[in-house]
Amino acid sequence: MTWIDHTALTEAGGLEAGLVAHPAYTVGGVHFRYGQSRSQGEPWVLRDVTLEVAQGEILGIVGPNGSGKTSLLKLLAKLAVPQEGEIALFGRPLRGLSHEVVAQTVAVVPQDSPQMFPFTVAETVLMGRFPHRRRSGWSLGFGWEDGDDCQAASQAMVTMDIAHLAGRAVTDLSGGERQRTMIARALTQAPRVLLLDEPTAFLDLQHQLGICATLRRLCDERGLTVVIVSHDLNLASQYCDRVAMLRAGQVRTVGAPAEVMSVEVLREVYGCEVLIDAHPQSGLPRITLPRQGMPFRG
Amino acid sequence: MMPATGHPTPPAPALTASTLSTGTVPSGPPTVACDRPVQGSILTPARWWRVMTLLSLVAGLSALVCLQLGTQYIGVGRILGLVSSPLFGRPGDEQMVDTAGVILFQVRLPRVVLGFLVGSCLASVGVALQALLRNPLADPYVLGVSSGAALGVAVAVLFGIGTTVLALSLLPVCGFVGGLVALAVIYRMASTHERLPIHSVLLAGVILNAIFSALIMFITSIMEPNRSFGMMAWLMGSLTAPAYPVLAALSGYLLIGLVLLFKQVRVLNILALGEEPARSLGIDAERVKRFIFLVSALMTGAVVSFSGMIGFIGMIVPHAVRLVLGADHRLLLPASALVGGMFLMAADTVARSLFVPSEVPVGVITALAGGPFFVYLLVWRKDRLA
Repeated sequence: MTWIDHTALTEAGGLEAGLVAHPAYTVGGVHFRYGQSRSQGEPWVLRDVTLEVAQGEILGIVGPNGSGKTSLLKLLAKLAVPQEGEIALFGRPLRGLSHEVVAQTVAVVPQDSPQMFPFTVAETVLMGRFPHRRRSGWSLGFGWEDGDDCQAASQAMVTMDIAHLAGRAVTDLSGGERQRTMIARALTQAPRVLLLDEPTAFLDLQHQLGICATLRRLCDERGLTVVIVSHDLNLASQYCDRVAMLRAGQVRTVGAPAEVMSVEVLREVYGCEVLIDAHPQSGLPRITLPRQGMPFRG
Repeated sequence: MMPATGHPTPPAPALTASTLSTGTVPSGPPTVACDRPVQGSILTPARWWRVMTLLSLVAGLSALVCLQLGTQYIGVGRILGLVSSPLFGRPGDEQMVDTAGVILFQVRLPRVVLGFLVGSCLASVGVALQALLRNPLADPYVLGVSSGAALGVAVAVLFGIGTTVLALSLLPVCGFVGGLVALAVIYRMASTHERLPIHSVLLAGVILNAIFSALIMFITSIMEPNRSFGMMAWLMGSLTAPAYPVLAALSGYLLIGLVLLFKQVRVLNILALGEEPARSLGIDAERVKRFIFLVSALMTGAVVSFSGMIGFIGMIVPHAVRLVLGADHRLLLPASALVGGMFLMAADTVARSLFVPSEVPVGVITALAGGPFFVYLLVWRKDRLA
């Protein structure tokens, strides 16, 4: 059972050829700012960002507020286009790919998505099938989902532990339940790349762990590539293969958590002192905030 | 069929959602892990047909009731007899086609049909605008689209463009242009702000309404008195029985608009999620938005040029239907069209039979029903609109 119609993808200038040889993303010399490209007054949000995302890895993007994390994620999702520089998705320039092809390959979980209309959770999750809809004939745009679509949605809902909420309106959900619904929608999209913006912001501990473990498993077993924007340095340290640290629109450093997360780097990037020791189980860096008024010495 | 890429690329393991549930499920009671928690929580074609059949039957019955009522009561049997007599064509039936027949065919039937068409179009446009602006209070009347269209029509009447060309009135086109101006302003607002707050859209509507109304009043004041009286009556919203060719022309405009909207129902679902999620699902949101705004202006222009400013149907009906039937636009749009048609048909029947022989403008009835509902939503259900 294959969700992505490979022939259709290739005919549409798709990504088949690049799947084996290329990294998931190659970002080269990207400059980006919001607003019209002519407006000189706007400051750059991202400056000379160069980055590579390997297939099947979890890349964490961390950095202080306003360092351009979310903007970078938008560029990767083609929700915004950089003024300078080039982004390639599986070796294909993102600029040349249609939104449709990108949507068949890349799924996005936005930061927070307040909902206005009482769609049920199941309906919302099923919307992830939209990029893979059949384009058969004159159906007045109704395009009913078939059994396969429903099964895909069901399993994503079980994975995200929202199956019991299937009939609830998304307007009535708590922040965490809504977040899990949006992740389930992204999984239903059957992507090769998953981009998440603060996926754990509204989640309780149990579901934070659950989602991180699920993402890890999907990467290891299925070769899913994941890019996570997060404020949670510990989560990034424990679950990401590599971490890119952004500061004022530039990549300060990229590397494995053990290499990147040092007291010096964090002091430079965040402008404050932190305690770093080893996680008792994994041995990976564990970041702790010092007590207020008791400056850390050592 | 393998693509000719030169080197054989094995199909990468597609990440199918069916494989997502292998291994450990993060948490949750294992009893829930059934095959289809989705079934029963989504709109199925079977449910769609059930609801639409039921609504169509109710619409037919209420049309029959509306045909009976009015200055003169005409019984169901009489109506059925009158309708079937030309079909069976019994000779010597001239006596049968008496005053009741004239009332039924010349006055009541076109009026009921017009009411249904106008109501269903206003409700459909309301559904589309609400989804596009992600604002449950959007409505062509509230947003100033109706008054923009009315201004277009008023200008046309002032300069005498209103006379028919090739038996087709140009007024709907003028209304279309006027409505387009209003929607262009709102579109511009909606595209410069990433997330447009509900209240600023409403504020824009208030201001547009004020400007357009002032211009309409100015135009009305410089007209000859007898024409300006007709203008006022039209502005208040009325469904004066149209001639059949006119009715056919209007139906043409409206049916084209309805079909174009129906083709976008699934896209409307996605757009209602939010603009950025819609774009990340592969929709060219700007293009779709412009297209639907254009269709909305076309339909509103046509409706306003025939029936004046009938307000609030585009807000009340989608809201009520969404409460009962859910938010999926595949059902919401056609069901709102039927319910909106019924609603205006009924309101018009009330308007013409409340104070016989004089007539209340139907716009007054819908505004009296819709205004308080609007206030209720704005004040008491604020939590839903935050």
